[in-house]
Amino acid sequence: MRLEWPSLRARHVWSRDLEVFRKFFISSILPFFAEPLLYILALGYGLGFFVGSIGDVPYPAFLAPGILSYSAMFAASSECTYSTFVRMHFQKTFDAVLSTPVNIEDIVLGEILWGATKSVISGVCIFAVIYALGLVRPESAVIIVPTVALVGVMFASLGMFFTSIVPTIDSFNYYFTLVISPMFLLSGVFFPLSGSNLPDFVPVIAWFMPLTHAVNVIRPAALGQYSAGFAGDILWMAVFTLVFYVISTVLMRRRLIQ
Amino acid sequence: MAIVEGTDLVKDYDGLRAVDHVSFAIDRTECFGFLGPNGAGKTTVMKMIYCRTPVTHGDVRVGGISVRMEPRQVKDMIGVATQDDTLDRDLTVFENLMVYSRYFDTPRAVARQRIGDLLARFDLTGKRDTNVDDLSGGMRRKLIVARALINDPSILILDEPTTGLDPQARRQIWDMVIRLKTEGKTIILTTHYMDEAQELCDRIAVMFSGRILECGTPEDMISRVVGAHVCEIYARDETAVREIRKNISGNMEQVGNRLYVYGDNPEELAMKCDHVRSEYRVVRRTSLEDVFLKLTGGKEIK
Repeated sequence: MRLEWPSLRARHVWSRDLEVFRKFFISSILPFFAEPLLYILALGYGLGFFVGSIGDVPYPAFLAPGILSYSAMFAASSECTYSTFVRMHFQKTFDAVLSTPVNIEDIVLGEILWGATKSVISGVCIFAVIYALGLVRPESAVIIVPTVALVGVMFASLGMFFTSIVPTIDSFNYYFTLVISPMFLLSGVFFPLSGSNLPDFVPVIAWFMPLTHAVNVIRPAALGQYSAGFAGDILWMAVFTLVFYVISTVLMRRRLIQ
Repeated sequence: MAIVEGTDLVKDYDGLRAVDHVSFAIDRTECFGFLGPNGAGKTTVMKMIYCRTPVTHGDVRVGGISVRMEPRQVKDMIGVATQDDTLDRDLTVFENLMVYSRYFDTPRAVARQRIGDLLARFDLTGKRDTNVDDLSGGMRRKLIVARALINDPSILILDEPTTGLDPQARRQIWDMVIRLKTEGKTIILTTHYMDEAQELCDRIAVMFSGRILECGTPEDMISRVVGAHVCEIYARDETAVREIRKNISGNMEQVGNRLYVYGDNPEELAMKCDHVRSEYRVVRRTSLEDVFLKLTGGKEIK
């Protein structure tokens, strides 16, 4: 098997997805607002009333950046699993594309960048809402938006990896139940990992979860606590992303070019 | 000079040999057909030409460029209408063509112009903003062919262009293919319909079990393989057919309960078969179908 370099033609794959997104704009954009907002309202303010504050941070302000991180993860993950699989398997979109000068490496890159774009759209939408609620410092967008883009590419690549190996669309249930859900609950989105009464190995496991590193950057940034420690988390995510991007490209070629 | 040239092509899928040492040379502006039953390897040969699947052994040169070396350049020269419906169901007719034109880096203005022309000539102008899910089977097929022309290719590949279409829609596609040929496109098509091959193709390669059994113009192939006429004899069962065979000599082929006796002169044929006892007998002109039966008669499809 011979891999090729992706080319600028990847942008055509990306813009095809954008075109469909724009066509169904309202139904496309709704999940980006509705669900995260529900979490912030119900848990942030509802549950938060009983929790009070964590450290000296009121619970809504603690939770909001966590939910923003989770949404970035979820947007790219669902796009590059279910949606990509439908295009690849049921709609045979990639078959049509592959008889043009666009190659499989372009398709993988284009799809991953589109998944990341959805994370950014989601991140920006939620940022606007929680800014309006006074839960985030406006200048933190300078750090949060690029971080969300990286988080998007990271989970798009991970999702693409699963897409390249699953036999049927139902198999994604394993990914969401066994990978995404534990991350959602154990990466520090809802509560700090250190200082809780969970067993000591939980923070250790959490270190291996990509979402933990996203929260490690996005929450302090949202609260105005900028630190050089961000670099470690960014590096972790960059390496993880690169590894899964390469693996998913190789496996996608193996799956589709026979 | 040949514009598409396959040399000793082999394709293995997981140890199964789909294409088995196939060579062919397709000339500029001809319509070349690969004829054969399902599973003969026609589609696989197409896929190797348009670089959708890597060749296991051998090479294809398109306009002198090897598919092994420069697949992107090769794909730039070719338009492909796949057998499967690969239209983008999320998009309208116009959007399908527009999105597809971008994959070839076609400038927007040029693409708009071409789309207008293609919609007009394929009778799809009225469906410009219709979602492709709402098109009839015939229209979808036309759109797939129109889409294959979006990069103004010199070579057009049509993989079973009329499979599953009703007779009217089939003829519309045929007319289109003939028109494109007169405009100077090189057309490569696959089909398992004999009438389609005879109607459209300048030259035909008959494929079976991954090999090319015979190649030439339909007329040539008919006169070389079976002659101008055939006497088709239908008997009660295979034993009866074998009995008949003992009493007749010459070029013939048995397919199940039927015996085909070939010859150029219809009167001689009729006389020759006059004395056999059979349920039914007819002397008629031969067609490609007879060539096909003769070539593949005793063979099982893999």
